[in-house]
Amino acid sequence: MRLVLERRAERSKLMTWLSPLLAVGLTLVTGAVIFSLMGLDPARALYVYFLEPVLWWWSLEELVVKAAPLVLIGVGLAVCFRANVWNIGAEGQLTMGALFGSALPILWHEFQSFPVMVLMLALGALGGALYAAIPAFLRTRFGTNEILTSLMLVYVAQLIADWFIRGPWRDPAGFNFPKSVQFEGWQLLPTLGDGRIHLGAGLALVAVAVLYVVMSRTLKGFEVRVVGTAPRAGTFAGFSSKRMVWFCLLLSGGLAGLAGICEVAGPSGHLQPAISPGYGFTAIIVAFLGRLNPVGVLVAGVMLGISYLGGEAAQIDLGISDKTAQVFQGILLFFILACDTLILYRIRLLRPHTA
Amino acid sequence: MSDFLLEAVHITKKFGDFAANDDVTLRLRPGEIHALLGENGAGKSTLVKMMYGALQPTEGELHWRGKPVRIANPAAARSLGIGMVFQHFSLFEALSVTENIALALPGKAGMQELSARIAAVSREYGLPLEPGALVADLSVGQRQRIEIVRCLLQEPALLIMDEPTAVLTPQEADQLFVTLRRLASEGCAILYISHRLEEVKTLCHEATILRRGKVVATVDPRRETAASLARHMVGVDVAVVSTRAGAVAGEPILTLDHVSLPADGPFGTALRDVSLRIGAGEIVAIAGVAGNGQSELFDAVSGERVDGLTGSITLAGQVCAGRGIKARRALGAAFVPEERLGHGAVPDFPLSQNVILTRFAVDDGMVRRGLVNLGLAGDVAGRVAGAFDVRTSSNDPEARSLSGGNLQKFVIGRELDRKPRLLVVNQPTWGVDAGAAAVIRQALIDLAEGGSAVLVISQDLDEIFAIADRIAVISRGELSEAKPTATLDREAIGLLMAGAHETASHDKAAS
Repeated sequence: MRLVLERRAERSKLMTWLSPLLAVGLTLVTGAVIFSLMGLDPARALYVYFLEPVLWWWSLEELVVKAAPLVLIGVGLAVCFRANVWNIGAEGQLTMGALFGSALPILWHEFQSFPVMVLMLALGALGGALYAAIPAFLRTRFGTNEILTSLMLVYVAQLIADWFIRGPWRDPAGFNFPKSVQFEGWQLLPTLGDGRIHLGAGLALVAVAVLYVVMSRTLKGFEVRVVGTAPRAGTFAGFSSKRMVWFCLLLSGGLAGLAGICEVAGPSGHLQPAISPGYGFTAIIVAFLGRLNPVGVLVAGVMLGISYLGGEAAQIDLGISDKTAQVFQGILLFFILACDTLILYRIRLLRPHTA
Repeated sequence: MSDFLLEAVHITKKFGDFAANDDVTLRLRPGEIHALLGENGAGKSTLVKMMYGALQPTEGELHWRGKPVRIANPAAARSLGIGMVFQHFSLFEALSVTENIALALPGKAGMQELSARIAAVSREYGLPLEPGALVADLSVGQRQRIEIVRCLLQEPALLIMDEPTAVLTPQEADQLFVTLRRLASEGCAILYISHRLEEVKTLCHEATILRRGKVVATVDPRRETAASLARHMVGVDVAVVSTRAGAVAGEPILTLDHVSLPADGPFGTALRDVSLRIGAGEIVAIAGVAGNGQSELFDAVSGERVDGLTGSITLAGQVCAGRGIKARRALGAAFVPEERLGHGAVPDFPLSQNVILTRFAVDDGMVRRGLVNLGLAGDVAGRVAGAFDVRTSSNDPEARSLSGGNLQKFVIGRELDRKPRLLVVNQPTWGVDAGAAAVIRQALIDLAEGGSAVLVISQDLDEIFAIADRIAVISRGELSEAKPTATLDREAIGLLMAGAHETASHDKAAS
């Protein structure tokens, strides 16, 4: 007896949505096994990790703060991946967005009226888009693989940011800590009440709504889907695959840059070496878990946000490294990609037959 | 004990209802170079794939050295002593010759030892190869030698070669023939697939000719002429169908003037100085063996590739060599590529969205202020399905779920629904069942009757004779002059197709 994968005639609509749930379930089971191997009570560990973050108001608020950048970056990446453009460097574009946007409050600290916020956000998006333009140019001009270039540029961006923060942009009154001056007035994003939820969450919702309409109703969205699934048919339709590479990278880079400046002008309020806990990378998982669908990305962003909070909670309550959050995220991506096979294939049990 | 090495006995292979091989019997003796001839789609590949274990016959059986045998997979074929050199090589460019061969050999051999064997075998058979060379640095001919040496290392009793000279220069081909004759003299049987009839005449001892999945003749090619072989391939038993009476070409719709286009990838054929004129109301067909520049010609006419194109293209009075496919559609042209899934239609999309693919830029109201009108697209899809009898399992199914014939009817219907002034279609009925093929051919004729120009690129001579007013032949990227169908016969076309471009005029004068 053996198992074979058999191609389905059509993509299974059911499996398209069941696959991520299956992946989440398998991740939980695997998590439980890992926890018990570590000598922890798996039930308690899973509770701390995945349930506690959604049981308190303050932690729900924190969840929104964590989910906002994931969703903002994730929707951009979802469009990218749909078009078969593999921007893996959102983390770098986020960093560049944070740097560009921070230039105003750092270099012109007295400029604290309302327009500064608009300009900061615009500069953030511009920084991310410009940084994503590098892999776009290399790909369209020289055929370079954007997976490699965008990924490697992440580390370049982080080193550039580090140099600025430890060098020319360090707060002179900051006791030599590697951080910039504290932003003030409209240099900080408005928050919901006195809490931690900031404008970034609103921007994420707008991005989801706009891209949902773009992808499902407009010719541009149609173009993205055609070029992504059948490039030859895209050429036949008259769509330019080069322009598509530019569009996707500029869009996703811009959104990542926007997420970057929102992090700096939101939760932190100043520029520091650790701008994000890897939102740009986690957003890749968000995009896939959300079926590369903007609304799905919204849900997935919240789920991955939980894994960040759970990681912090587990560090405090269970005394294990918060790096386990990344382990979980990796396992989750692995299972999603595996389960997605079931969309186009079904598993069949073959009994040995005598010829 | 039978004196045959491999026998295919009454083999039938069906794909759905379509019989790619129908009761095929072929016998190979040791030491024989046996040609397998036929037009594209005649079933040659299907047959050798079964001999090599890549496909299983639906009916009939294979005999190896007189005993029935089931060749479950290529590894089983290799262990019997059957080697195959494919038309498209499977080599890793980043690896050396030795490493590539090591990957294909069973068991683990020492690299040093293997290199020595490769050097020895390649020297012995006159196939010079440097074992340490990187494949990326080698020419196509040298890469083919790797594939041949790879087979020879396993000391095959039967070597199958799929159009080996298609990618070789004449000199490389001559060298290959020396090797093949040497192998045959040592008792190795060779099954040789080729479209080049002159080559088959000089090299092969016997030839089996397939047409539409059936064996139509087994002959000694040394006693045939290229013309008689061509006649077998394209068929003389089918009467020449007279075309529509009195089709008079109107004003020119499409004019190609000295058009050249570089090859589409390493296995493509560059288009060289092609000129053609099609008038309103006429059907012009382009015959030719696959891979002689048909896809390049389609790309040039459709505007899918404009980079690197030289010469001029005029469509409905407008110069458009530098303009893309959208602009050409806007001028009233419509296109149907050879590959239905993935080129003419997006497999994952429902039919309605596949309507948008070619019509978003030309149909009123299909796209308004950037928004796609899915309802209108659905209406068009329904109309096309109704008019062309596209049978679907559900209301608006994904393109991939349709059978070849139904999808082809949809893809052609989608364009005809626009009432184009020019329709360019590559292989209109390839892999399509007879019923759908008849519908499609009738639709093309009706379109021309209505005053549109139709350009058909096809490898099916029956089809060409049935519908074309004028016929041109494409061979190695060059296009012959389009002549009225009534003045041509199969033999002349078969010769032009087989690459006898220069001798064609003499031959026709003689006949």
